[in-house]
Amino acid sequence: MSYLPYALAAWLFLVGLYGVVTSRNLIHLVVCLAVVQSSTYVLLLAIGYVEGGTAPIFNGIPLGKKTVDPVVQALTLTDVVVSVTTMALLLAIAVEVHKRTGTLDPDELREVRG
Amino acid sequence: MIPLQAVALALVALGGLAVVVARDIVRQALVNGFFGLSLVVLFLVFQAPDVALSAITVSSAAAPLVLTIAILAVRRREGRR
Amino acid sequence: MSLRTRTGLFLASGSVLAGLLGWAFAGLPAFGHYHGVYGRALDRVSLGQTHAMSTIASVTFDYRGFDTLGEEFILFASVLGVSLLLREMRERDVDAKRLTERFEPIRATGRIGVPVLFLLGLFVIAHGYLSPGGGFQGGVVVAAAIVLLAIAVDYRAYSGLAPKSAADLVEGVGAGGYVAIGLGGLVAGATFLESFVSRGTIGELASSGTIALLSWSAGIEVAGATVVLASEFFEELLARRR
Repeated sequence: MSYLPYALAAWLFLVGLYGVVTSRNLIHLVVCLAVVQSSTYVLLLAIGYVEGGTAPIFNGIPLGKKTVDPVVQALTLTDVVVSVTTMALLLAIAVEVHKRTGTLDPDELREVRG
Repeated sequence: MIPLQAVALALVALGGLAVVVARDIVRQALVNGFFGLSLVVLFLVFQAPDVALSAITVSSAAAPLVLTIAILAVRRREGRR
Repeated sequence: MSLRTRTGLFLASGSVLAGLLGWAFAGLPAFGHYHGVYGRALDRVSLGQTHAMSTIASVTFDYRGFDTLGEEFILFASVLGVSLLLREMRERDVDAKRLTERFEPIRATGRIGVPVLFLLGLFVIAHGYLSPGGGFQGGVVVAAAIVLLAIAVDYRAYSGLAPKSAADLVEGVGAGGYVAIGLGGLVAGATFLESFVSRGTIGELASSGTIALLSWSAGIEVAGATVVLASEFFEELLARRR
């Protein structure tokens, strides 16, 4: 029971990876990649959790109170915002591929020529 | 682990599976919105309000925007042909 | 390689990966029994050293400000990549029409929402070190408010308020501003990204030294970058038929 969040992280990673491997549409592939990324967020936050802890913002709570780890939260929050930008870059690549070859199916794309 | 966290974990697991299984990209964009919302609830229950805030803004504003425009751009070109 | 072969290969290697992951995660401390000392030490000293109520803000912009600089530049590079990939459009080539033609309730609420959301975004950026919030979260909200203009009114209004050149400039100012504030630390005789502005009193808006300035600069950069991204995608969508 106490390892359930880690199991969730592994589950999200494998499920997202399965989606990437068996995808028939480049845009579907990009969203599955976002699922893989979210597995890392869950893992980071699960590692930093302290039983009975509260959020590490000392606005109205005394200084000695037990809080969850702030470092993993700082890492995760910048990551969440940056991940949507990289997802946009991948989607731009997908749109360009469709423009040049007329298809979004990875199996139908030929090798790069020239 | 309190029951609220277990429920949030279960919702995220189901949401992730649903996002992968949704093969139609329009449907997947919608399901991705729900998956983002379940992630926000999970982050809140893990006592991470900052992360939850950035996940809300990203998953309800930025990600559906870029996804929808990409889908529309592809569909419009396909409709033109 | 056909889909069937790929799926079979994945199921085989995926189960090995699942086994390895399970073995690795079993070695972690149980959920809720985190043993790390860095976080606990930071919790104890952060309020006294940085005068920022939110430990997360002080970790993001002070103790690990260098990592945030790297993340900001990942964002910058991704937007640069999108700009290079999607084609360059001149203003008259964009077939600007209403994007939500028949949805009057959405347009009405959207018009009210734009200024409210913009102010909310500025509020979130400003109070980043006093409550949950900060540059990254508030920057996305501000950008969402500006893009809402394109959806609630039409594309002409949006590109009039935030033309791509202006958004590019704002993004550059944000990214360069972060480095400039860091160099200010060097100029003032301390190390790169160390605070050279007075720390102020805890709980006020004018506190926590350079954390406030860096948070604003990050917020400006994220807002500018997201608006540029949206503009690029809009232009790609609305390109006039040739």
